[in-house]
Amino acid sequence: MQTPLQVIELSKNYNGKAAVKNISFNLNQNEIIGILGPNGCGKTTTIGMILGLLKPSTGKILINEKEMENQRVDLLNDLNFISPYIELPKKLTVRQNLEVYGRLYDVKNLKTKINYIIEKLRLNEIIDKITGELSSGQKNRVSLAKSIINDPMVLLLDEPTASLDPETGDFVRSFLENYQKENKTSILLASHNMAEVERLCSSVFMMNEGSIIDQGRPSELINKHGRKNMEEVFLKLARQKV
Amino acid sequence: MYGLFLRHYFLIKGSLPRLLDLIYWPTIQIILWGFISKFFSIYSDYYNNTLGIILTCAILYDILFRSSISFNMLFLEEIWSRNFTNLFIAPLKIREIIISLIFTALVRTLIGLIPAIILTSPLFGISILKLGFPLLMLFLSLYIFGITLGLFVSAGLIRFGPSFENIAWSSLFLLAPLGCIYYPIEILPEFFQIIAKGLPLVYVFDEARNILINDYINYQNLNTAFLLNLFYLIIGICLFYFSFLRARIKGTLINMGE
Repeated sequence: MQTPLQVIELSKNYNGKAAVKNISFNLNQNEIIGILGPNGCGKTTTIGMILGLLKPSTGKILINEKEMENQRVDLLNDLNFISPYIELPKKLTVRQNLEVYGRLYDVKNLKTKINYIIEKLRLNEIIDKITGELSSGQKNRVSLAKSIINDPMVLLLDEPTASLDPETGDFVRSFLENYQKENKTSILLASHNMAEVERLCSSVFMMNEGSIIDQGRPSELINKHGRKNMEEVFLKLARQKV
Repeated sequence: MYGLFLRHYFLIKGSLPRLLDLIYWPTIQIILWGFISKFFSIYSDYYNNTLGIILTCAILYDILFRSSISFNMLFLEEIWSRNFTNLFIAPLKIREIIISLIFTALVRTLIGLIPAIILTSPLFGISILKLGFPLLMLFLSLYIFGITLGLFVSAGLIRFGPSFENIAWSSLFLLAPLGCIYYPIEILPEFFQIIAKGLPLVYVFDEARNILINDYINYQNLNTAFLLNLFYLIIGICLFYFSFLRARIKGTLINMGE
């Protein structure tokens, strides 16, 4: 079985300063792994390189055994991404946005696909509303809809439930769990919500100052560090000097 | 490509102010210049009986202005709506982005210009269509140079981020005096003439005036303009690719619009 995502000895330097230092990890099919760490630890840079937005200084990224640097555009068909820092065109309706991105990803049977997403993400009431006029919870669901429009093999989620109320946050987490099981999608989750990480991730790796400083199953890390939960593990690791 | 065109088509279709904005400025510009040219036709021997020259040149200049601004606007819209990253993680080749922007810029340009061209006839008794077949060549020349300027500015936006935005607005105003839109190149000081001769605009506007005054087409001017356009377009496309490469190294794409 092919590994959807392999990160091999990846590094990124900006003006001689290392943002990511020689990290390696695999994301297997039907697996959710968490990428944790304090702000500025290199999570976004790592995700940027996986998405082809950044050129690695050294190392490589393989999507389904194919190297990202050599086949960037083709491999982007197999990826998708959401982040609270990225939005969809505000003046278009939700349906228009989904149609645009469906075309950009060359989705077959787009109408059927959009109808499926509308139902799964409870978008019926907002589908013809202007995206910029939606609440943050509604916008989050629309971004999630865009991120699965192409049935990505690898889905990258950067803080998918940031600034959401508990009910909407729970809905998003449940959706992701079900979607991942149904589609056998591989998910890389960057989150500061440790309860979310414990619930969704089969394994996590912790980054600090550009390096992976620990990794394993959430329960293993909790036991290993003698803490009660991932929140305490995070605090311990984030505060220790690399 | 169709998807990207659709993204901007929906934006324009769903917004009357945007549509009016596209129409408003060319119309105002044409009306303003219409009165100026009327003034010259009364008081200047040079422009006597050739009222249409200044107005025609104003419309031609607007082709350049609209196409360049349209190209830049398409890019800036993505930055302002914080959609830039979504666009660059979609499976789009750089050449597909360029082609769809060129095509969408053409549609935006025509939406803005056609009402202005139609208005000049009843208001001032002048039709730019009197230029005949050469109008198509002049239009193409100006449109190509407009999108080339758009490519230069967009390359700057990719490489340097939103801080490059002001250059997008000022680039055309910087070129206007050197383009010799309303006067022959001899009016410029000698040093500026050397620079101006490197711009296709000089040949395009010189030829427009030549056709209107002498009723004769000098293909030499049109050919020179096309060759210069081709040269700058190739540079623009290369620069766009190079900026994308540099942005991937520098990390500009990842934080665009934030």
